[in-house]
Order: sequence, then C-alpha cells, then structure tokens
Amino acid sequence: MAADTTDTNGLLPMVVDAVSYRAGDQALIDHVSFRLEDSRRTVILGPNGAGKSVLLRLCHGLLAPSAGAITWGGSTPAATMKRRGLVFQRPVMLRRSVAANIEHVLKTQGIGRDRRRGLVSAALDQAGLKSLAHRQARTLSGGEQQRLAIARAWLLEPAVVLLDEPTANLDPGATRAVEELIIRLGATGAKILMTTHDIAQARRLAEEVMFLHHGRLLEHRPAVEFFAGPRDPDAADFIAGQLIN
Amino acid sequence: MNDFSNALSTAFALVTSLDRDLFEIVGLSLEISLTAVLVATIIGLPAGAALALSRFPGRRPLIIVLNALMGLPPVVVGLVIYLLLSRSGPLGSYGLLFTPTAMVIAQSVLVTPIIAALARQTVADLHEEYDEHLRAIGSGPLQRMATLLWDGRFRLLTAILAGFGRAIAEVGAVLIVGGNILHSTRVMTTTIALETSKGNLAIALGLGLILVTLAVSVNAAAMLLGETAHRRYG
Repeated sequence: MAADTTDTNGLLPMVVDAVSYRAGDQALIDHVSFRLEDSRRTVILGPNGAGKSVLLRLCHGLLAPSAGAITWGGSTPAATMKRRGLVFQRPVMLRRSVAANIEHVLKTQGIGRDRRRGLVSAALDQAGLKSLAHRQARTLSGGEQQRLAIARAWLLEPAVVLLDEPTANLDPGATRAVEELIIRLGATGAKILMTTHDIAQARRLAEEVMFLHHGRLLEHRPAVEFFAGPRDPDAADFIAGQLIN
Repeated sequence: MNDFSNALSTAFALVTSLDRDLFEIVGLSLEISLTAVLVATIIGLPAGAALALSRFPGRRPLIIVLNALMGLPPVVVGLVIYLLLSRSGPLGSYGLLFTPTAMVIAQSVLVTPIIAALARQTVADLHEEYDEHLRAIGSGPLQRMATLLWDGRFRLLTAILAGFGRAIAEVGAVLIVGGNILHSTRVMTTTIALETSKGNLAIALGLGLILVTLAVSVNAAAMLLGETAHRRYG
C-alpha cells in the first residue's frame, strides 16, 4: 500500500532534517526531523502555540528555516510550491465571486481561458459550491469559505495539500462538511498534512500522528498506535484531555 | 446683501438659460481636469502599487515625500511648469505655454501624487491580507500587482475621484500656465477669479454654483461607491 502511493506522488518522500525556526532568541521550531513516506493522512497534533502553523509554513516554503533543510521528493519547498495546495485557518477570500476566486488561482498558474472554465466548474462541484458560484466570496459563511479555500487548493491535482487548523473557527455541521471534503481529497491520492489542536478531529482524520509541543516533535507514529498509548507523558496528558503547559 | 441676492438671481438665470459662454467654460474645465485625472491614473496607480510591493533602499523616504506631495501648492506647480514650458525653458520649443495642454500637464502633476499615494496605501493594506495566499499559489510580482489593484478597485476609484476634486477646484496652476485666455484657456476657477476682480459677480457666482455642485456630487459619488462596495464585497 505504502509503496504504491509513493510511486505516484512525485513530492514524496518529504524529508525534514534538523529544522529549527527562531524568532528573536525564541525557538518556535526546535530541531525537528521527520520523513513522510506515503500518502496517508498525517495530522500534526498539539496545543495552541506548539508551533504547528509555523511548521506547516516552513514545509510550504512561506518561511525559511533558521537551521536545517526541508525537501519534497529531493527538491526545495519553493521549487515544488505549485504542486501543493495550502489552506489557512482563516482563508483569504479575494473581493470577487466564488467562481472568480477559483479562476484566479488558475490564471496565476497560466492556464488558458478554455481550460479554466471546465476546471472552475469541476472544482465548484467537488466542494458543493455550485449554487453559490456567483456570490461574493466574502459574504459566504465560515464553513463555505473554508470549502472554497479547499476547492482552490485542490485545483490542478496537487500532490500534497497542507491544511492549517482548517476547522478551528467552525461549528460542528460546517466542520463535518470540511472533514468529508478533506477525506475525499485524500482519496484522490493527494497527501494530506494538516494541523489541529482538536483531539477528536485527529482521531477522526489521522492515519498518522505527529505530536508537537513547545516546537519539538515528541511523537511520530501511526494514529492507531498513538491513541492506544502515547509514549510521551505530555502527549498522554494531552489526549487524556488535561491542560498541558 | 442686496448685491449678493441680485448676483444670485442673475447667476441662476445664467445657469438655467444654458448661456453659451458659460457652458464653453464649464466644458473646457471638465475636459482639462478629466484628461489630467486620466493621465494621473495611468501613472499613479501602477506607481503606487509598485511602491507598495517593492523593497529597496530609500523606499520609506520616498513614501514620505509622496505623501507630502499630496499637499503640493498649485501656484508652485504652475510656476515650475511655466518655467519649463516658457520660450526660454527646456521644453519651450514645443510652444505649449498658454494652451489647454499646458493646463493638463500642470493638473496631472498636481493629481498624480494624490492618486499614487492613496493607491500605495490601498494596495499595501490589501497586500497585508492577501500576501500569504498569493505567495502560496506562486503569484509573480506583476500578477500580484494586477490582483491587488483589481481587488482594491472601489477604494482606488475613490482616490481617483479625490484627484478629480482637487483638479477641478484648483486655480493657481491653470491660471499661471493657461493665462486665462477667452475661448482658449479660460476655465471655471480662473473665470471666477477674473470676473470677481472685475466686479462681475453674477457670472462668478453662477460658475461658483456649478463648481460647488460638481464638488458635492463627486464627494457623494465617492461615499456611495464606498458604501456599496462594502455591502457587496464585505
């Protein structure tokens, strides 16, 4: 299974080698190393302020590490950016219609007008936004905006989609719709790498868990093993629902 | 007071009778100021956006200078353009002094900093919000500029209207480089100045009424535009 998905995904394995990220004299990411070999859904779990968002931005190349290196299938994050999609906790909605928000990404990537029309329509279908195509994106509800953000990231068959706390501000109904979309996206063969502080969400979505705390990677294991018994005491406290600091 | 009410009633009569001389003057004013604003927009929008998005040494002082230029005194602009365009000046051979073209040049110089400075602010604010998304999708510098200008279109239109308000109402620059020549370079503001000094209050007041109406309309349009955009686009 793992071998199959590795073969079709040109950005794997993804290697993070001794990466640190400092802001002033504080290490937001502290000497983190890991490898992602296959297209399983990987969830970076940890409390707020653990460094999850910073790690995801480092992975996409929006931030440059203070030390260490990150490669996707042997190339730099910047060189492979267009083969990944990224979804933010607060999606950036352009001051345009829903359809125009999707089309803008395609235009940026130099896709011709004829091809754009079909791709926009397919993306709207995928995200269940067809009836909202002409609405102004910024007047959508939070859940609809996040589905639009995922549809944008889904364009052009990305090898990897990174999602930063995609449901942090959503109610349960909208969260379910977004999670279903993430699962369908993963089923297309795209590697999912997402962050969450929500343990229940990690249980629902994760096939592999990375537990991050104070900028350090404390566990990296298949989800079943991790939830059955975390080795790290902070991780154990965290999934037992205790407040850790 | 009697002078004033007499002048006012004559002014109304002039405006409502669609006096030909009067409307020639109004027409020329609009033509010059609209052309100047068009030129200032073509230069000011990309310049402002570029200044918002690029990073180079001396950028901050440049922004300060640009913002200060929004308050450029029209008479000084008029004087400088006069010197450039006068027979002995570096551009004297074109023979532009005391033509509508000279007036367009002067007003363009006045309005370009206003549009550029407001465009810079608009694009910079929007960029702060859009930056990560645009970087994440691999947007190049020109694409980025186009996206931000388009998404800031309503606030930019307000900036352009502000520029028009400045151009149509200023007197110093057009008086110096235009010369206030009848049927050639006479616009509303220069006519008001001239006719007032001649004691012809009716025509001055008539033009004043038109000018105020224009200024109020432009401001109202800018406000409505802003509110509509906010309602529609959030």
